[in-house]
Amino acid sequence: MAAKSSFKNMTLCLLTICLVCSALLALVSQLTAAPIADAQQNKTNATLAQVLPDFDKAELRMVTVDGTDFVCYEAKADTSVVGYAVISSVIGFGGTLQLMVGFDAEGKVWSTSVLSHSETPGLGANCVNPAFKDQFDRFDPSAKVLQVRKDGGDIDAITASTITSRAYCKAVEQACRIYQLLAVMEESHE
Amino acid sequence: MSKFSIITKGIVKENPTFVLLLGMCPTLATTTSAINGMSMGLATMAVLIFSNITISAIARFIPDKVRIPSYIVVIATFVTLLQLLMQAYVPDIYETLGLFIPLIVVNCIILGRAEAFANKNGVVDSALDGIGIGLGFTLALTLLGLVREVLGSGSLFGWKFIPADYNILAFVLAPGAFIVLAYLIVLFKKVTEK
Repeated sequence: MAAKSSFKNMTLCLLTICLVCSALLALVSQLTAAPIADAQQNKTNATLAQVLPDFDKAELRMVTVDGTDFVCYEAKADTSVVGYAVISSVIGFGGTLQLMVGFDAEGKVWSTSVLSHSETPGLGANCVNPAFKDQFDRFDPSAKVLQVRKDGGDIDAITASTITSRAYCKAVEQACRIYQLLAVMEESHE
Repeated sequence: MSKFSIITKGIVKENPTFVLLLGMCPTLATTTSAINGMSMGLATMAVLIFSNITISAIARFIPDKVRIPSYIVVIATFVTLLQLLMQAYVPDIYETLGLFIPLIVVNCIILGRAEAFANKNGVVDSALDGIGIGLGFTLALTLLGLVREVLGSGSLFGWKFIPADYNILAFVLAPGAFIVLAYLIVLFKKVTEK
């Protein structure tokens, strides 16, 4: 039979349960902190390898534009810079669309990768497919227009997902602007 | 009730999805593919087994009036543990299930089993009940995900065999989830009520 519902019993019971539970959580949280950080690092590295030309190591750089911080990576092979990767996010059709955009040393887009999105399955979600995404590989923003064809650009939009396609272009364009800032910063360093 | 029948009743007579219609939110939302449905089912089963065991062990020390908050704290603890472990060791699955892992806390199957079974029965029986109901839930979600994946994406556990032109998009979206679930319930009733 359950214990009597007196004030003392109830307080004691909840106190004990909460104490035990929080102790357990604190312990596991501490134990898993390192593996979780590793898993995230691995994921970042894998994405970096996808969007950048071959490199030896990538260093984290933060760039602030209009009060917003952007995470960027500077990729080096030996000592020369071979490219940059920029994480850029825009609002898509169903929520935030976050991309990692890689640039080679000449300022061309090397490749892009979707980090997270909440686009419609079967429609906008197809933006992760090569058929759409590969249009941005080796894309030269100085020679071509980063917009969907409907808006006078050089990108074929995904059928029935113009908003997602526009958002993708906007994210890459945002990354281009940040890349230019990075390139300027780098020159002033030297 | 024999030990074996505790397990089988969770799969057939008291199947949480097809008979009790509990936990519909994750059922409909995560079953866009067979593998997603199965992962969600297994995650829920893990929480269910541990919460059933714990609750059946401590139920007699808990005063009646603070029963529900106590159970919820226990369940939430197991869900958070599961979330941390999944994040650390199976980050890919964690990413696809995303939001729905923390939502296991409020999945009414788990609190339902705590109230209806675990706090009246022994530790062993409660664990078996967790396994049974968990298996029933996992099977239902896998089946639902399987049908939706075949019709909607033309693939089976990620193996694509129908070209994209012949896929019926609606089955990947929410309406397809309702339609498939309804037909599966009809089929399930037809088969089990003989």
